[in-house]
Amino acid sequence: MRTRGRIIALLAASAAALIWVVPFAWMAVASLRPGVPPDIASLTPSGPFGLGNFVEAWTSGSFPLWYLNTFLMCGGILAVQLVTISMAGYAFARLDFPGRDVVFSLFPLQLLLIPPLLIVPNLQTLVSLHLYDRLPGIMAPYFASAFGVFLMRQTFRAIPKDFEEAAMLDGASIPVLIRHVLLPLARPGLVAFAIVSLTAHWNEFLWPLMAVSSPQNQVLTVGLSTFTSGAEAGSDWGVVAAGTFFVAAPLLILFLVFQRRFISSFVSSGIK
Amino acid sequence: MTEVGLSQTRHRIIIRASSGLTTDRGVTDSMIIEQRAIGADVAPLPAARRRSHRWLPVAVLLAPSLLFLGLFTYGPVLRVIGGSLIVGRFAGDHALGFGNYQRLFADPHFARAALNNLIYALGTIVPSLVLALALALALRETNRFTAVLRTLVVMPLLIPLVAAAALFTFIFLPGDGLLDFYLHKLGVPMINWLGDTDLALGAVIAITVWKNTGYYMLFFLAGLAGVPQDLVDAATIDGAGAWRRLRSIVLPLLGPTFGFVVPIALLNAITQVDHVVTMTQGGPSDATNLLLYYIYQQAAQNYDTGLASAATVISVAALLSLSLISFRLIERGVHYES
Repeated sequence: MRTRGRIIALLAASAAALIWVVPFAWMAVASLRPGVPPDIASLTPSGPFGLGNFVEAWTSGSFPLWYLNTFLMCGGILAVQLVTISMAGYAFARLDFPGRDVVFSLFPLQLLLIPPLLIVPNLQTLVSLHLYDRLPGIMAPYFASAFGVFLMRQTFRAIPKDFEEAAMLDGASIPVLIRHVLLPLARPGLVAFAIVSLTAHWNEFLWPLMAVSSPQNQVLTVGLSTFTSGAEAGSDWGVVAAGTFFVAAPLLILFLVFQRRFISSFVSSGIK
Repeated sequence: MTEVGLSQTRHRIIIRASSGLTTDRGVTDSMIIEQRAIGADVAPLPAARRRSHRWLPVAVLLAPSLLFLGLFTYGPVLRVIGGSLIVGRFAGDHALGFGNYQRLFADPHFARAALNNLIYALGTIVPSLVLALALALALRETNRFTAVLRTLVVMPLLIPLVAAAALFTFIFLPGDGLLDFYLHKLGVPMINWLGDTDLALGAVIAITVWKNTGYYMLFFLAGLAGVPQDLVDAATIDGAGAWRRLRSIVLPLLGPTFGFVVPIALLNAITQVDHVVTMTQGGPSDATNLLLYYIYQQAAQNYDTGLASAATVISVAALLSLSLISFRLIERGVHYES
């Protein structure tokens, strides 16, 4: 009875997973079929196959530029975040000061008020800081990270104080303590944060769309949306699939290789 | 999920563990986690006390974060409230009033976007959470087979919503698209999924469910790992069926997970509209217009900052009031899971 139930549950889950994988299967199959075959929707075509769609997508879109901009954006955001969250995380984990809980409670609002929601004032701020239509303008709203501060506070608190106290006896200053004592011990937390941050910003669309207008400052997601609307107009669905693959593949491959890391990071975060 | 539900669950776990009746590892671990969660903000830090009056390090350490919070979270809130009350600009002078709100509430497009967003929230949250929980229960045991199925369901989380939109634009394409291609073989006539006012919102909902279910499943899997197996076994011996065990043991113990996942799903339902922007532009005839897309239209297309500001204030107020309880739950959820 119990095993029969389990088998039925697994069969139902397999059916769901099969449906779930259809869009990916179509992307893989269609991207390998050059030209405009009439049965482009087929998941089991007889061929011919080739890499023509990838060549066409790569040459008709500005993928190298979009990759570069996306790397710069994600890397820039993460680099600054690691500094700000380590500093604030240390203050909340180790220093006792009046109003600490009040200041800490200022952070969660950032989780709700994502930049595109506040488009009107955020664009005004970017214009007045001369950051509109520049990559640093896309990055700036993310330089503080409520989730990162929570995570670093927790991570630092889990580290025994002995290490710091020994270093303090040797006369180490707070920057030295954070940089050379705590951060090396906080690596799991930093890796978890980096995975969540990179995934969120690699996939982000609406804010980079709003904050940038020139084609030379576009990131992958924004580039893909203009690219696909062009290819769709010509019914080049194989090229659409190939372009989508270029945007989706890097994170998918990283995920498949480092699956455990990704999943534990997502679970420990919950907040993108 | 209410806060009462959460504290009842916590109470139960602590009582069970401290009564010493169980040696189950899961319970002991969850008790430690619970204690840490409760004690985290209470326990004084003796070493830190000695430095309590050194303001400079605190100010320097917090300055970068607070600067950006001020520039892009708190400042904008004040500015958008102010902007929503400006009804006219005459030679550098502002007139204040509620005119933008009057225009907003008189705008049928806004009413439609609000209603759509409500349907969209219910239509995405309920099915994806039910499906995520069902999948987590089915794939709870870890072996090669379940690991592969889990991976397949989580994969959509890793791709951008615009990439998902590009794939689903083809899936929903009338005639040659994937759905119609296979439905045609079953004798179903052509359907214009994204072009039909009755179907378009459902199609957009389907994309979101596809994209987010795996994410929520991860949390339910983590939550299920904390449900003590001996409790479930004891209920089985007492003759409780699968449904009864789920309702009386598993679901109550998943309270914290729900308290954590529901706010995230709610946030996604209001803030993730990339597919609407790239696929439907809110159409046909407002059938897929959602609050954030409406704000985007007013701000970036109609340059009506007054109306956009008023719509932002209303949307943020809705988001905040809906998340009022969940705020604390999110924070506790972070402690609980980590």
